[in-house]
Amino acid sequence: MLSRVASSIYWLNRYIERAENYARFIEVNLNLTLDLPRGTAEQWEPLVATSGDHEVFANRYGKATKEAVIRFLSADAANPNSILSCLVAARENARSVREIISTDMWEQINRFHLMVRDAVSKGLSSHNLHAFLSDVKAASHLFLGITDATMSHGEGWHFARLGRLLERADKTSRILDVKYFMLLPTVAEVGTPFDIIQWSALLKSASALEMYCKQHGRIAPNPVVEFLILNPNFPRAIRYCLIKAEDSLHAIAGSESDRHNNLAEKRLGRLRSEMDYIDMTEILSGGLHEFFDGFQFKLNRIDDAIYETFFALRPVDGVMAEEKIQ
Amino acid sequence: MKFSQYDPGEFYDELYEKTGQPRPGSALLLRKFASLPEGELRKRQQAAERVILNMGMTFGVYGSNDGHEQIFPFDIVPRIVEATDWGLIESGLRQRMRALNLFIDDVYHNQKILKDGVVPTELVYSGKGFLQACMGLNPPRGIWCHIAGIDLVRISDGHYYVLEDNMRCPSGVAYVLEARQVMKRTFPELFDAYRVRPVDGYPSQLLDTLRYLSDLPDPTVVILTPGIYNSAYYEHSLLAQKMGVELVEANDLVVVDGSVHMRTTKGLQRVDVIYRRVNDDYLDPLTFRRDSVLGVPGLMESYKKGRVALVNAPGTGVSDDKAIYAYVPKIIKYYLAEEPILRNVPTYVCSDEGDRAYVLEHLEQLVVKATNEAGGYGMMIGPHASKQEREDCAHRILADPRNYIAQPTLALSRVPTLVEDHLEGRHVDLRPYVLYGQDIYVLPGGMTRVALRKGSLVVNSSQGGGNKDTWVLS
Repeated sequence: MLSRVASSIYWLNRYIERAENYARFIEVNLNLTLDLPRGTAEQWEPLVATSGDHEVFANRYGKATKEAVIRFLSADAANPNSILSCLVAARENARSVREIISTDMWEQINRFHLMVRDAVSKGLSSHNLHAFLSDVKAASHLFLGITDATMSHGEGWHFARLGRLLERADKTSRILDVKYFMLLPTVAEVGTPFDIIQWSALLKSASALEMYCKQHGRIAPNPVVEFLILNPNFPRAIRYCLIKAEDSLHAIAGSESDRHNNLAEKRLGRLRSEMDYIDMTEILSGGLHEFFDGFQFKLNRIDDAIYETFFALRPVDGVMAEEKIQ
Repeated sequence: MKFSQYDPGEFYDELYEKTGQPRPGSALLLRKFASLPEGELRKRQQAAERVILNMGMTFGVYGSNDGHEQIFPFDIVPRIVEATDWGLIESGLRQRMRALNLFIDDVYHNQKILKDGVVPTELVYSGKGFLQACMGLNPPRGIWCHIAGIDLVRISDGHYYVLEDNMRCPSGVAYVLEARQVMKRTFPELFDAYRVRPVDGYPSQLLDTLRYLSDLPDPTVVILTPGIYNSAYYEHSLLAQKMGVELVEANDLVVVDGSVHMRTTKGLQRVDVIYRRVNDDYLDPLTFRRDSVLGVPGLMESYKKGRVALVNAPGTGVSDDKAIYAYVPKIIKYYLAEEPILRNVPTYVCSDEGDRAYVLEHLEQLVVKATNEAGGYGMMIGPHASKQEREDCAHRILADPRNYIAQPTLALSRVPTLVEDHLEGRHVDLRPYVLYGQDIYVLPGGMTRVALRKGSLVVNSSQGGGNKDTWVLS
């Protein structure tokens, strides 16, 4: 597979997953603020903080009002990570690999893009926002389903899954981080029914409420965090994402599952095994927010290694070229 | 809607002999239209447009700022070509394809045709399509132009004329393939009743044409595209997809040890045949344009050594220069000793003093075209132009006579076209596609371009033109 094509498939899927997760971001905050006691001010600042684009936001909008934040995350073409921008970028990438992906995948990306574009141009407001966010999630799921059902599960498909799962692992950590930034009215309310309501809103935003309840029954902070970080079977949990991403990376590199032949495999393998052995006590001892910070940094290093290993268009000089051509 | 009232006007109409009297091949279609409930045609037109939108069937327009891509305008009333007409077109195109290939090969070798004074030497050397780097070159299997799109028009006398030969990178065939898909979804019942010759075989014919150029049993074929911002990108990717070959950009290719390779996630992989959709100028910065970032350094050298095949060969532009066009009937007689089957439009070559004087005198009756432009760019239609535009055109001709030719303004034939809820005649041309591999293959169909603006003669998609499906009857 061409390096450029592999890169486009990887990014196409990252962007679709990112759009879906931005919809989840906004949803989690809408849910959290709906449940706030009367008289408490809505908090939208945390959402910008967790997205990692707070500087861009501050320059464009200043104060984090509800309208500004929702606009920034969903409809702002100047924010490269807004839902709209993600769809434009995903479609651009899809166009450049139009002949590699199935027609059904292409048509779904096209429809998805048109849907977002039309919704944005008609204007998002509180009465249609929930419907829009659901549509975005559904369109992303449909794309994922079409990909699984119509694309050969070969190299291209593995690059698609790799991109999607690394993106999802990153965003799940950020969705959890929103709760860290979301201030409770008083410290005394940690663990109160009100706190519990917030955790369940968060589970809902990760589509995890039912699966969590089956496993743990009652909702409590630590099990929720543990479920979304360390569960090996729930598809939005960080550990699950890393396990499957590693499977795909091995399939791409043609390595045995216990071998790590290139830098990307080494870094991903190391982070995955960290998740295999770490427990909640250890995660919480250094602070949850700090844990996520470190985790996101390591994910970025894996992304760098994937770029270096598979996508970079290096100039070919004599020696290297002779080694590579057989 | 009253189809019986459709007025073909003073033009040749492809579907009607006269008001109320369809041509034999069109009667069934028009009966079917007349039987549809009020408003149904319009509904189907809208359904077809939705299909096109979801398919992402687009083209780009140079110089447009708003996002490059536009949805291709499409009209659901097909153009019908009767079997006898098609037989003539097909044999005429084969003849032209053979003669022009012989011409190119001669120009880059012994130049007998120039020495015999049939085509002026000066005209060949001054053309932008002539490449010194191709002198003495022997392309694989001796074929230069493998893929041509030759534009035809029909005028009031009922005859087909060749309007121009496109021997470099003719585009549009994707729209032929996609238009048929759209039409099958729009009028499934008509395809049961009609015997329309299928066009779906084109990609496999094209792949055979490309594979024929390599001696290997299973050569690696790729399509080379300038990238997603090229106006024909949609087509490049569609053809790659239908043939199951890689679509590459120049950056994906590298010449190592004299052979062309593509960069893959598993290292370099040898490439044997390149269907290139980039212009000659941008093929290889070492040979052609040093400022180009689009090319593959060393590609020409590899090609000359026979390590890779290029389709079309570089240098074919010498044969589709609009001034050379005027000589094609003579070229056919010279190489094949045959009378041309398809007619040429009378053409005034402005580098010729007598012709130039005539052109400048009669600008208001003529169409002036730049010899080296395509897509309707650089064209002046005398009868529709303002005084100022005609004067500007005269200045351009005087400043660079070699770059212009002129032809009489042709009364292009028309096809009924859906306008709101009724049919009106709109002018069309026809671009059939010709492949030259082991044999010469003519795709039974072609791109019918339609000037959607009332009275307009310009059918180019970049200038307000649309597309119709072309039904060749068997």
